[in-house]
Amino acid sequence: MSWFEKPAEAPARVPTEAIWAVCPSCKVYVAREAWDAADKVCPRCNYHARLSCRERVALLTDAGSFKELNADVSFNDPLSFEDSSGAYADKAKATVAKTGVGESILTGTATIEQIAVVLGVMDFRFLGGSLGSGTGERIRLAAEKAIALKRPLIIASASGGARMHEGIVSLMQMAKTCAAIARVKEAGLPYISILTDPTTGGVSASYAMVGDLNIAEPKALIGFAGRRVIEQTIKQKLPDDFQTAEYTLAHGFVDHIVPRKELKAFLAKVLRYAGY
Amino acid sequence: MAKKTEKKLTAWDIVQIARHAERPNITDYIRLMCDDFVELHGDRLFGDDRALIGGFATIGGRKVMLIGHRKGRGVEENIEANFGMANPEGYRKAMRLMRLAEKYSLPVVSFVDTPGAYPGSEAEARGQAEAIAHNLEFMATLKTPIVVVVTGEGGSGGALGIAVGDRILMLQNAVYSVISPEGCASILWRDGSKAPQAAEALKITAESLKKLGIIDAIVPEPTGGAHIDPAATAAAVKKAVLANLDALCAVPLKTLVAQRYEKFSAMGQA
Repeated sequence: MSWFEKPAEAPARVPTEAIWAVCPSCKVYVAREAWDAADKVCPRCNYHARLSCRERVALLTDAGSFKELNADVSFNDPLSFEDSSGAYADKAKATVAKTGVGESILTGTATIEQIAVVLGVMDFRFLGGSLGSGTGERIRLAAEKAIALKRPLIIASASGGARMHEGIVSLMQMAKTCAAIARVKEAGLPYISILTDPTTGGVSASYAMVGDLNIAEPKALIGFAGRRVIEQTIKQKLPDDFQTAEYTLAHGFVDHIVPRKELKAFLAKVLRYAGY
Repeated sequence: MAKKTEKKLTAWDIVQIARHAERPNITDYIRLMCDDFVELHGDRLFGDDRALIGGFATIGGRKVMLIGHRKGRGVEENIEANFGMANPEGYRKAMRLMRLAEKYSLPVVSFVDTPGAYPGSEAEARGQAEAIAHNLEFMATLKTPIVVVVTGEGGSGGALGIAVGDRILMLQNAVYSVISPEGCASILWRDGSKAPQAAEALKITAESLKKLGIIDAIVPEPTGGAHIDPAATAAAVKKAVLANLDALCAVPLKTLVAQRYEKFSAMGQA
């Protein structure tokens, strides 16, 4: 073996990510323990990093109160879709195995400071939080549950938009979810939408934007069309703050930007104003 | 393309017909199938979108509220019509007119033909997402019949924003999709030139969408496409619209709205 070759066996090492978290926005290294204690909010730039659906449920609800609904409703493959990287059904199955959730939203009943609600929380890890037919069906069933139980409906979104692999059926979930939410409102029940990073495309253009209250996390990307598409269309560079939660609030489409640590208390407070 | 027999047309061929520069647009349909049309302008909030128009119309003696995307013919008219890509004020105007339709007990006829909602920075600032989202919610519970006809391009959320209805009809060579074949190809194939494959995989033709249960009926076109004989196409559209209006106007409004909910609820259930 020449002196410059690596030894066959590398010395054992602790993976960096177990010790350090890197802020996805400003790239600063934060001790993993501190990062998790801060619910993944960057101490330097205040970026609110993406949470898994279970992490967000723990953040928003009273301990032990969450009961999942319709866990059996999973993804469908109505087009038998395949692209150059393989079959959608295989990718979706792998995602279910990896994330432990059957769709891009987890729905259930829970309490928030003792107020009983029906809650849906999206998970960006599930195919970019895309809106599939299983997602739409879970939302419809959650809305109907809210009506049956006379409870407020709360949905926290995190999604790039419609799920291309389900084609037109995905697009129709926008109509279906909005129809279900219209019924919640007709029943006189509150519907609160929480927009987290990112909430774009077909999700922003459906249930995420029609809350009685639209609440956003700081710095979340919120918008309809993608930045690159818009830049190509208008042939101009867009400012850095374009399509941020702050931009969306300034333009009148969000009621309040609430830091993650205060989100649960904020929800409870506004629900009390709504009579709960 | 027109020389191929209808049976041999690929999804990508049909995309070309749907986007054909001479394909009848809403202005043609108004001229060819309406006895009368009174255009109503403006959303009362910001402006009057020329990419999405509407007004009172009489079709075969029946009074309706007609709304639809507007593509132009030629460069100048297309620039004015923004190539059929509506801004938020277009969707808000459509909602205002549908509210009027409900008030005056007029059925709504909606013509869909857009590459998509306009992806501009001003459109974002004025709430493109909110405008579309509210239309979806509003149309789901509108207490008057809604007949939708996809006449050309049904481009994603920009199409759906005026396409929630009791009956969804589609011209034989129209397309309706969650994303353009080019957009899908560049994301999933990482190669925009794979658009023909993406068009096939996305199942965007009237025939595929009928099989998937998304649309209710296909309106036939002359061989080669609607642009070969706009008058015959408009006659076929008129006949289909009137037949569906007759059927829907006989249904009590409460039942109609409940059935509309069931219709969209069923989409995507395993």
